[in-house]
Amino acid sequence: MPKLAAAIVGSGNIGTDLMIKLQRSEWIEPRWMIGIDPESDGLRRAKHAGLEVSAEGLAAILNAGIRPDVVFDATSAKAHVRHAKLLREAGIQAIDLTPAARGPYVIAAVNLQEHLDSPNVNMVTCGGQATVPIVHAVSRVVGVSYAEIVATISSKSAGPGTRANIDEFTETTSRAIETIGGARRGKAIIILNPAEPPILMRDTIYCLMDETADDVKDKVLASIHEMVQHVQTYVPGYRLNREPIFRDNLVSISIEVEGLGDYLPVYAGNLDIMTAAAVKFAEEYAKHRAAVSQ
Amino acid sequence: MAYKYRIEVTDVTLRDGMHAVRHQFSVEDARAIASALDGTGVALIEAAHGDGLGGSSVQYGFAKEEEADYLQAVCSSVQNAKVVALLLPGIGTVEDLKHAVEYGIRGVRVATHSTEADISAQHIEEGRKLGLDVVGFLMMSHMTDVDRLVEEARKMATYGAHAVYIVDSAGAMLMDEVRRKVSALRSALPDEVQVGFHAHNNLGVSVANSIAAVEEGAYRIDASLGGLGAGAGNTPLEVFVAACEKCGIDTGVSLYPAMDAAEDVVRPRMHRPIITDRTALTLGYAGVYSSFLLHAQHAAKLFSVDVRDVLVELGNRRVVGGQEDMIVDVAYEIAHRQA
Repeated sequence: MPKLAAAIVGSGNIGTDLMIKLQRSEWIEPRWMIGIDPESDGLRRAKHAGLEVSAEGLAAILNAGIRPDVVFDATSAKAHVRHAKLLREAGIQAIDLTPAARGPYVIAAVNLQEHLDSPNVNMVTCGGQATVPIVHAVSRVVGVSYAEIVATISSKSAGPGTRANIDEFTETTSRAIETIGGARRGKAIIILNPAEPPILMRDTIYCLMDETADDVKDKVLASIHEMVQHVQTYVPGYRLNREPIFRDNLVSISIEVEGLGDYLPVYAGNLDIMTAAAVKFAEEYAKHRAAVSQ
Repeated sequence: MAYKYRIEVTDVTLRDGMHAVRHQFSVEDARAIASALDGTGVALIEAAHGDGLGGSSVQYGFAKEEEADYLQAVCSSVQNAKVVALLLPGIGTVEDLKHAVEYGIRGVRVATHSTEADISAQHIEEGRKLGLDVVGFLMMSHMTDVDRLVEEARKMATYGAHAVYIVDSAGAMLMDEVRRKVSALRSALPDEVQVGFHAHNNLGVSVANSIAAVEEGAYRIDASLGGLGAGAGNTPLEVFVAACEKCGIDTGVSLYPAMDAAEDVVRPRMHRPIITDRTALTLGYAGVYSSFLLHAQHAAKLFSVDVRDVLVELGNRRVVGGQEDMIVDVAYEIAHRQA
């Protein structure tokens, strides 16, 4: 089975980290890197790594007749609205790493298999990939009336795309907390911290539970630990900072995400959890496509 | 007497003051305070959850009232002053801002950590499109050097802010630092962009800092009735007005009505006196975000640790505004280290 040929649109932090991870994949081959700035570090690295690079944008590539099997969009929410249309018209599978949310949400740890037939899937946000699994871990045990997440990332790991998309981040993450996490109402907060040396990505998840009996708490606790171990299978540096704290009907969970240091150093766990989730979906998609074609 | 300076005062009792009452002001409280404030002559009245639009949360504390009810109560009680809201990108959104405009606000103050101005572009630009008075608010300015502050302030001015503030969120600045930072902004920004200053009284110098800021060219100064605000509170409006009278600064605020509003309307509504107790003092000393005060006291009690150890450790880790979740984590760590 030949690997699926992939293009990455967006040569910033996320696109470049994604490329490095795809180079290790047995199912996907990163073949094109498409940016808009010929001087960007991402395009330089891609060229060095043997990818075909272009600084002309996605439309130019498609007009030239190039047809990747799958396109990862790591640009911005605004740009993805245009890209989504182009890719749909060209019949190319889109994996959207911006918070544009054109397609259904995929949280790798929760609903990886659910949207393998959707031509455009949305990977929510880094905060969503890190926290929605925990909300789900609680809500699969007990009803959650409200879940709130606070994602704190180092300033250095937030590129211009992330910074221009702050509202889209909070809105998309809030919706994913509800639709995928299973909370009846969701809220997301993001904080940038400029400390040097940069801090690791840190997330706090608060869930208001419908029941507070001791056996419910025990099950919630076990479910959270199980979920953390599951996420660790594709993001090894994902871990609890401390044991979850129960107070009245509130449980507060604190996690830290250490990255693999593929592109940015290990503090940028927010990049890793996003790109690792996208790779995981793409590999499932590749397996699915192989199975269907046989 | 002839005034040497003329300034505009923004009162923050109904926003920063919310931190000191755990965001529990009712619609009735909001009406009473807003209408008393309007009688003092302050130019602007800020109202919102302490952490701005959309701030009601587990992380920062749920507000007693819905944002719509609270803002409408304030806006409908004010005839003269302009009502403005605070918005922290990452917490509040443009959508929240549009709703607030429907409730009657006429200005927005967009707050970011003092090195992160570029996350305010969306919100400042949208504020201008909505026809609002727009302020850029550089929080925790004590952590950031003059050159970087100038760079960040220029960004906010470029996005369209009418004024940019040096915000001493931790109440950690003394007069020399205020002078250096305010004067640098004043000389770097175009004349039509005003400079503002927001103080906390954790080191007991909020009035002195605010006067120093005026002398260096700040045109907008924040204050609150009785100093009601996070930490040891903000610059007490009535004290500031009296001091300004004595040194030739025209605040546009009448002294007796300000004193009466502080004494008769706000002080009876305080949950605790606004004083520089050891916790508030430690905030200023360690350079920690003032709204951590009540959260830190709560966490320290929960884990039986000294609240000062928690705050000093937070300062060492260079935690910024909004990271209230770190308070519990640090208290937990200290408790487990001691065990």
